[in-house]
Amino acid sequence: MMDQAPILIIIIPLFAALFLTLVGPLGPRFAYGLLITGLVGSLGCSLLSLGLVLDGNQAVQYRLGDWPPPLGIELVIDHLSGVVLVLIAGCALLTAIYSLRTAEQDNPDRLNHYYALFSLLVTGLLGMAASGDVFNIYVLLEISALSSYGLLARGQGPAYFATFKYLIVGTIGACFYLLGVGYLYIMTGSLNIADMAAILSQPELQESVSVRIGFTLIILGVWIKMALFPLHAWMPNAYSKAGTTTACLIAPLMTKVSVYIMLRMMFTLFSADYVFSAIVWSPYVIYLASAAAVIGMIAALAQRDLRKMLTFIIVAEIGYMTGGAWIATASGFIGATYHILADGLMTLCLFMAVGAIIYRTGETSMAAMRNIFQKMPVTAVIFVIGAASIIGVPPTCGFFSKWYLIQGAAEAEAWVFVAALLIASLVAAIIFFRLLEIAFFGDLDTTGASGDHGHSHQPVATLRAEAPLSMLIPMVITAASVIILGLYTKEVVNYFISWSVPLGI
Amino acid sequence: MDELFHYIIAKYNYWASLVLLFIGLYGMIAKNNLMKKIIGMVIFQTAILLFFVSIGAKRGASVPIIKFTADKQPLLEATAYANPLPHVLILTAIVVGVATLGVALAILQKIQRVHGTIEEDEILEDQRS
Repeated sequence: MMDQAPILIIIIPLFAALFLTLVGPLGPRFAYGLLITGLVGSLGCSLLSLGLVLDGNQAVQYRLGDWPPPLGIELVIDHLSGVVLVLIAGCALLTAIYSLRTAEQDNPDRLNHYYALFSLLVTGLLGMAASGDVFNIYVLLEISALSSYGLLARGQGPAYFATFKYLIVGTIGACFYLLGVGYLYIMTGSLNIADMAAILSQPELQESVSVRIGFTLIILGVWIKMALFPLHAWMPNAYSKAGTTTACLIAPLMTKVSVYIMLRMMFTLFSADYVFSAIVWSPYVIYLASAAAVIGMIAALAQRDLRKMLTFIIVAEIGYMTGGAWIATASGFIGATYHILADGLMTLCLFMAVGAIIYRTGETSMAAMRNIFQKMPVTAVIFVIGAASIIGVPPTCGFFSKWYLIQGAAEAEAWVFVAALLIASLVAAIIFFRLLEIAFFGDLDTTGASGDHGHSHQPVATLRAEAPLSMLIPMVITAASVIILGLYTKEVVNYFISWSVPLGI
Repeated sequence: MDELFHYIIAKYNYWASLVLLFIGLYGMIAKNNLMKKIIGMVIFQTAILLFFVSIGAKRGASVPIIKFTADKQPLLEATAYANPLPHVLILTAIVVGVATLGVALAILQKIQRVHGTIEEDEILEDQRS
C-alpha cells in the first residue's frame, strides 16, 4: 500500500471525477462529500509520498505496470515535486471545503458536473507535478487546461468570451510545448525526463540547433501557460469573471504549476549549465521578469474590481518567480521555489477572503471593502494577512521568499531585478493601504460619520455579517499556514528545497 | 537557387507542417470571426500532428510486428520496421485536439446565445454597452 501511494495521488481524484458525473440524483451534498473524500485521499497519499522521499532522502520512482524506464512511464517524486504535490492537494482541499455555499450559488443546477471538472483539474495539476515523462506532462497539462476552460465558462455572461480567448491562447501554448517535445524526441529518441537529460548532456547535442529550438518552443509554451508578461493578456479577464470557487481553485494553482514545469524543464531536463552557458538568454529574461513585476503591480493599482486587481498581482508574482529562476544563483532558485509555495498560499488566502466579501456584500468593486472590519472582522483580518504577505511583511511567508530573491539577485548583480522587486513591493503596499483606507473610513455619503465608531446601533451597512463557517474554517487554515510557512522558512528550505538546487549554479 | 530548392525538397515534410502551422497561427490571431479562429486552431494542431506522424514514417518499412524471412528466421533489423511511438503519441494528441475542439464549440455556442453574434468586434462592442 505504501509504495503505491505515488500513483494513488492521481488515481483517487480521477476516479472521484468519474463517479461525480454519475451521482447527480443523489443531491449536491453527496457530491460535495465525495469531492472532499477524494481530495482528502489525495492529500493523504501526497503526504505519504513526501514521507517516503524524506525517509530515503532520494527521489521515489514509481513504474507504471512495472515497466522499467525509459520504455515504461514513470512517476518521479523528489523533494521539490513532493512539496508541490502537498501544496496542490492541500489548496484544492481547502477550496473544496470553502465551496459549500459559493459553488451552489454559482451553479444552481448540475453541481456534480461542476465538482467533476474540479476534481479533474486537480488530477491534471497533480499529475503534472508527479510525472517523469515529457509527453505525459503535455497530456496532463491539457487535462487541467480543458477542465479549467469548463470551470471558467461557468461564470457570468462576459466569462464566455474571456474563456474563449484563454482557450485559443492556452492551446497555442500547449501546442508549442508539444512541438518542442517533438524536436527533442527527434534528437534523443526518448521521452523519459531522466533518460533525455542524460542524452542531452552529450557535447554534440549541447550545440545542436534542433535542441535549441526544442528548448525555445518548450519554454515559450510554458511562458504562455503561466502568463508571463507580455503573454499574460488572456488571464485577467478569464480569472476575474469566473465564479468564486473557480477563481479560488484556478488562480493560485494553475500558474504556479506552470512555473514548476518551467523549473523542471530548465534544470532537470536540461541543466543549469545549458540554460545559462549554452544559451545566453538570462539577461533578457531578467529584464522581462522585472517588467512583469513592475507593470503587473502598476496595472493592479489601476483596477477598481477586486478580483481583477488580484489577477494583475499574480502577473507580477509570476515575474518574481521567473526572475528568481533565471538569475542563476542558488538563492534565486530557492527564492523562486519557495515563492511557488508562498504565492500559492497567499493568493489562495486573498481570493478566499475577497470571495467571502463578494458573497456577503454582493459587490465586486472596491466599494465592497467599506466598513469591512465591522461587518466581517475575521475575514478582514485574513485579508490583511494575505495582503501583508504580498507586500512582504515579516513573519509572513511573502517576506522570506522576497528576501531570498533579492539576495540572489544581489549576488548575481542583477540590480534591475532588485529594483523591480522593491518597486513592486512598494506599489503593492499602496494598493493594500488604499483598500484599508476604504475599509476604515469608507465613503462619507453612504454610512455617514458614524461608520468608524463601532457602536451597536449602526446603520444597516455596518451590521455584523460574518462569512459562514464553511468559508471561515478553510480561510483561517490558509491564513495560519501563510504565517506558519513564514515562521518555519529555514526548515522548509533545508529539508525540502535545498535538495533540489541544481548543480552548477 | 538550385541548392535552396534541394534544401527544401529534402525536408519537405517539415516545410509542409511549418506552412500549415503559420496558416493556423494567422487564422487564430488575425481572423475576426470566432469560428474561423477555431478553424485556425484546428489547422495549427493538425500541423503538429502531421509533424509527429512524418517523423515516424520510414521508406520501405512495415508495421512493427516481427516478420519472418523465407527460412522461418525472425527479421531483426530496425530498418525493416517503422517507429510506432510517434504515431501512438499522436493518437493521444488527436484525442486531446478533439476534446479542445468540443469545448471550444460549446463555449462558442454560449457566446452566440449571450451576445447574439460570433464576430469579435461586435462582441467587444456588446460588452462595452
